[in-house]
Amino acid sequence: MAQLLPLSEAIARFVHSGDSVALEGFTHLIPFAAGHEIIRQQLTDLTLIRMTPDLIYDQMIGCGCARKLVFSWGGNPGVGSLHRLRDAVERGWPKPLEIEEHSHSAMAHAFAAGASGMPCAVFRGYQGSDLRRVNPRIKEVTCPFTGEVLTAVPALRPDVAVVHAQKADRAGNVLIAGIIGVQKEAVLAASCAIVTVEEIVDDLGSTGTNATVLPAWTVSAVALAPGGARPSYAHGYYGRDNVFYTEWDGIARDRETFTRWIDEHVRNREAVSP
Amino acid sequence: MTWSASEMMTVAAARALTDDDICFVGIGLPSAACNLARLTHAPRLTLVYESGTLETRPHVLPLSIGDGELYETALTTVSVPEMFQYWLQGGRITVGFLGGAQVDRFGNLNSTVIGDYAKPKVRLPGSGGATEISTSCRRIYIVMRHGPRSFVPKLDFLTSLGHGPTGRERRELGVTTEGPSLIVTDLCTMRPDQETKEFEVVTLHPGIDRQRVQEQTGWPIRFAAEIGETPPPTGDELAALRDLNERTARAHGVIAGD
Repeated sequence: MAQLLPLSEAIARFVHSGDSVALEGFTHLIPFAAGHEIIRQQLTDLTLIRMTPDLIYDQMIGCGCARKLVFSWGGNPGVGSLHRLRDAVERGWPKPLEIEEHSHSAMAHAFAAGASGMPCAVFRGYQGSDLRRVNPRIKEVTCPFTGEVLTAVPALRPDVAVVHAQKADRAGNVLIAGIIGVQKEAVLAASCAIVTVEEIVDDLGSTGTNATVLPAWTVSAVALAPGGARPSYAHGYYGRDNVFYTEWDGIARDRETFTRWIDEHVRNREAVSP
Repeated sequence: MTWSASEMMTVAAARALTDDDICFVGIGLPSAACNLARLTHAPRLTLVYESGTLETRPHVLPLSIGDGELYETALTTVSVPEMFQYWLQGGRITVGFLGGAQVDRFGNLNSTVIGDYAKPKVRLPGSGGATEISTSCRRIYIVMRHGPRSFVPKLDFLTSLGHGPTGRERRELGVTTEGPSLIVTDLCTMRPDQETKEFEVVTLHPGIDRQRVQEQTGWPIRFAAEIGETPPPTGDELAALRDLNERTARAHGVIAGD
């Protein structure tokens, strides 16, 4: 059952060095505040899982939090490269980064398989792609009914999922609206889940029965973190800071500029406290 | 009237889409072309972005694949697993619009690395949706700037299958969708030979000659038996594209979609 905790306590209690962690959110609702708290708590050797690493993993990788990255698209959307990710892969700075690379379809299927309690995902994919050659976890499986050769990848079962949402009620039920990505699957696939929210309310309101709701009993901790998805966006609260996404290219290109930015904006700041 | 090579490319790519298409849109050049088609000759064109937005009608070009604009103007939005399972793998998309860092003569695409995978010279973003878009959509259109470093004799990495490294692998692997059937660049448009699947130039953009295309292509490029001139952009097409780019720049404070 979800506990309402301050963000720093939620991270300290549920995320440990060496864990596999999925901070999800497809462009929308990216849990930056939680990622920054992981940086402040100096957690290391994490296996970071995320379809689109985005700026948040660029920052965590540049701070040395990660041992391994499982991903399917590692760019700065509409802008270009993730320079800290590239520096880690191309030059091993600040430490070498093992990568397990997939396609979006594979990761989406693998999260759904994890949420379903299945050992693997079976789908039609990677046909003719060199990704098969460089990722030994992409295998073939034959359909017992039709004989069609299909693709299998292991289910994603992170130790911890971290997502950001618009709101939770005091019992810890969570409402996600807008582009919902793979947040629900990531939470259900993980052993425990932390949800940061824009606000905690008495009543989630008239959401309609088809709204994306995570019941309190699927969540380990809910932490209030207003603005916790910036510079990505929270539909109904604030827009995507496209100017910052563009500026990040210049900040992250250089190790010193990056480190200064992290010191000023992350390391020497407190977690957003309610 | 004058126009840039980039505008010619976007206009030529947009013209390939029809009102009946259901189009899976990549970000950047494809997104500009798809939205231009919707704003000009194909108002009923259905656009789908991998963030889960179905039948979206953005007023400005999104900077990212999951901008709020796409959700706010969509008929409905589904989860990312549902998008890839029911809508893409389910065979409901008629056209996938892709680009990449490298393309070869058979329309195979690299968006993963330049150099060796284990020790890359340049680590590119990777597949995203492209690997399965390329095999699940009924057909694929590619839009890319022409240049000897992007139109290469051999890909450093095959991310997304076109017709295969020799033009035969797509059929041999039993992939039943058509694959790449059009490449639009800033110099020309290309279609695959029906037998060999090798792409050949079918139209040259106004003011471009064969020699220029050859200089910008990393293999001895073939020209169709009869090649024509790409019709120049009309006033309406240019006005719609420039309006769209201007609105987009104002909205983002940056230039998106080229």
